[in-house]
Amino acid sequence: MPAVNETLETVQSVTQGTYKWGFETDIEMEFAPKGLNEDIIRFISRKKGEPEWLLEWRLRAFKAWQAMSEPRWAAVKYPPIDYQDAYYYAAPKRRPKSLDEVDPELLKTYAKLGIPLKEQEWLAGVTTSPDGTARAPVAVDAVFDSVSVATTFKERLEKDGIIFCSISEAVREHPELVRRYLGSVVPPADNFYSALNSAVFTDGSFVYIPKGVRCPMELSTYFRINAKSTGQFERTLIIAEAGSHVSYLEGCTAPMRDENQLHAAVVELVAHDEATIKYSTVQNWYPGDAEGRGGIYNFVTKRGACRGARSKISWTQVETGSAITWKYPSCILQGPDSVGEFYSVAITNNFQQADTGTKMIHLGPRTRSTIISKGISAGHGQNTYRGLVRISPKAVGARNFTQCDSLLIGDRCGAHTVPYIENRCMSAKVEHEATTSRIAEDQLFYCRSRGLSEEDAVGLIVNGFCREVLKELPMEFAVEAQKLLQISLEGSVG
Amino acid sequence: MLKIEGLTAAVDGKPILKGIDLAVPAGEVHAVMGPNGSGKSTLAYVLAGREGYEVTGGSATWDGLDLLALEPEERAAAGLFLAFQYPVELPGVGNATFLRTALNAIRRARGEPELDAMQFLRLARERLRALSMPEEMLKRSVNVGFSGGEKKRNEILQMALLRPRLAVLDETDSGLDIDALRIVADGVNAMRGPDFTALVITHYQRLLDHIVPDRVHVLVGGRIVRSGGPELARELEREGYAALQAQAA
Ligand SMILES: Nc1ncnc2c1ncn2[C@@H]1O[C@H](COP(=O)(O)OP(=O)(O)O)[C@@H](O)[C@H]1O
Ligand SMILES: [Mg+2]
Repeated sequence: MPAVNETLETVQSVTQGTYKWGFETDIEMEFAPKGLNEDIIRFISRKKGEPEWLLEWRLRAFKAWQAMSEPRWAAVKYPPIDYQDAYYYAAPKRRPKSLDEVDPELLKTYAKLGIPLKEQEWLAGVTTSPDGTARAPVAVDAVFDSVSVATTFKERLEKDGIIFCSISEAVREHPELVRRYLGSVVPPADNFYSALNSAVFTDGSFVYIPKGVRCPMELSTYFRINAKSTGQFERTLIIAEAGSHVSYLEGCTAPMRDENQLHAAVVELVAHDEATIKYSTVQNWYPGDAEGRGGIYNFVTKRGACRGARSKISWTQVETGSAITWKYPSCILQGPDSVGEFYSVAITNNFQQADTGTKMIHLGPRTRSTIISKGISAGHGQNTYRGLVRISPKAVGARNFTQCDSLLIGDRCGAHTVPYIENRCMSAKVEHEATTSRIAEDQLFYCRSRGLSEEDAVGLIVNGFCREVLKELPMEFAVEAQKLLQISLEGSVG
Repeated sequence: MLKIEGLTAAVDGKPILKGIDLAVPAGEVHAVMGPNGSGKSTLAYVLAGREGYEVTGGSATWDGLDLLALEPEERAAAGLFLAFQYPVELPGVGNATFLRTALNAIRRARGEPELDAMQFLRLARERLRALSMPEEMLKRSVNVGFSGGEKKRNEILQMALLRPRLAVLDETDSGLDIDALRIVADGVNAMRGPDFTALVITHYQRLLDHIVPDRVHVLVGGRIVRSGGPELARELEREGYAALQAQAA
């Protein structure tokens, strides 16, 4: 994947100042040899002390992957990726046994990112929102390159029977749950990247909410790519038993480098009867520099199964980062009266490309889905919404509402909307609305005449444009997301 | 003191302002009247720095400061406020957020501390009450779905919050019923004093019964054709612009 492999010095010199998470942590790391083959997969599996069945599972996925080719239907362009020219495992050498033993360098890294890993700090209210108020505690699983380095509030959550840990730990401690659900929503051979992920996935989070339990705090995973020439293959699995409720948030950043790095994740959600899973993402991978050098390739498969009656899965994503985003968080609406939601803001600035959207697969009767997509393009950015709404013959009375709005800033960017509607049920109702607009000169002038700088004016207007989606984010993160939108658009006007 | 000298401006290459001379001493309120299309809004936009309104000659200074050299936001920071004839809608942007962002931008520029959400809300409520406006105005998106009168009152609310030293009110009276007109006029009158200078643009004399100007200027065909005291407004109301237009043509 490193299209260009240059020295660290060069990398640091391309720093253009707007990506504030681009620093590197200097820490002793352990790598698997470069490249991808069965031995590497055995290496990863051994490192993680996995049972035989999982190694077999990985090897089957690898075989499937070898027979597949990269999807080319998305509206994104990039040079061929050399899958042998990357590391598939990178982990800090010192592995903590408890939170107290986490390497101070790592603690510093996460503190710098605004993610305290010390439970006491949350509890003492040291952590504050940008507006200065104390934040409610959030349980965090911190994934650093290939491994989870810390998970907070585990004991507190265990009191309610909630399991929140890294997937590696879940494989060891709760093998029956992992075996039952892993790959049950996204089969390994579902697509090229899911097969790759299934073969080499390293870490990610595992969440299990028992019957009738309402998770008492936000759960979140913070993904950090740090090592050079390293791919991150995260695997997340969330299971919500009948009547349970959980809100989960995922955040991501990476250092600035002029090579492209691959992030190919698989996220699976399972909601049983009347369970609700709210999954929010604030994706802020390094987007590359102003000339389009470097940045993360974010090729992600996210899918939730509403297995039970009246279950609900809600995806909210704010996608500001990555050089390329290829991502379609989807819902399979099996249970009668189940509900799927997709709220998305995707920004492309400079040379970023995003092809993102959702799939709502209506299988059960009276299933409902809502899709609200806001695409913002600036600079030379290309933004495509691609969405599928499929209504099976059995989904009587199913309903979908889709709204896709695109906002263009400048005249060198592009916005594209590609809706696929397959309705095979007479009684179903599918509605689709789409708009494309530009930030009007009179809006900018109005704001500036009130004292706002042009960039603040754009930020305000864009945040207004995205309001329907931002209000879906947990309160704790909405303010940060708003700031992020503004930062992502720096340099897009004037 | 606002001083405009020999100001000419063009839109789309078409000359609109053809040499404006106007001086408003600090603390005074002057009215600019004129028929439709005479260039009143163009003058307002030129003073506020709108793109596309190209200054082709002359000057405009505020206490010696060259207004025309500044960006619109810098003019706002220097104390200028334009109440728009057609206030602009900002979908999804909460009125409170907008007002607080604007107020804090101006306060920053003045070297004053920014207000947090609570402090702002207290201040905004006070100003709303003074203008007999309902508090739910703060929750709605800026000007979206506002009636004509609500939009105009929202402009005055902004002015009351930002407390400019120089205000240009562009036909803030048009579309208002008599009660709303009185509220708007009270809002302006409440600000009058040695530190408040204003240019009140209007088509009708009606507003000037409530905001009594120190001077009245008549703009026709991009030029000030007459200036006088408040009685000039009543004369125009009686006799119309026709005579002045014929004279200017
Ligand atoms: N944006 C514009 N584009 C083209 N012509 C304009 C524009 N704005 C104003 N004009 C023209 O300039 C002249 C003066 O307009 P304006 O300043 O709006 O007058 P008033 O406010 O006195 O009614 C009119 O002839 C109008 O058609
Ligand atoms: Mg006008």
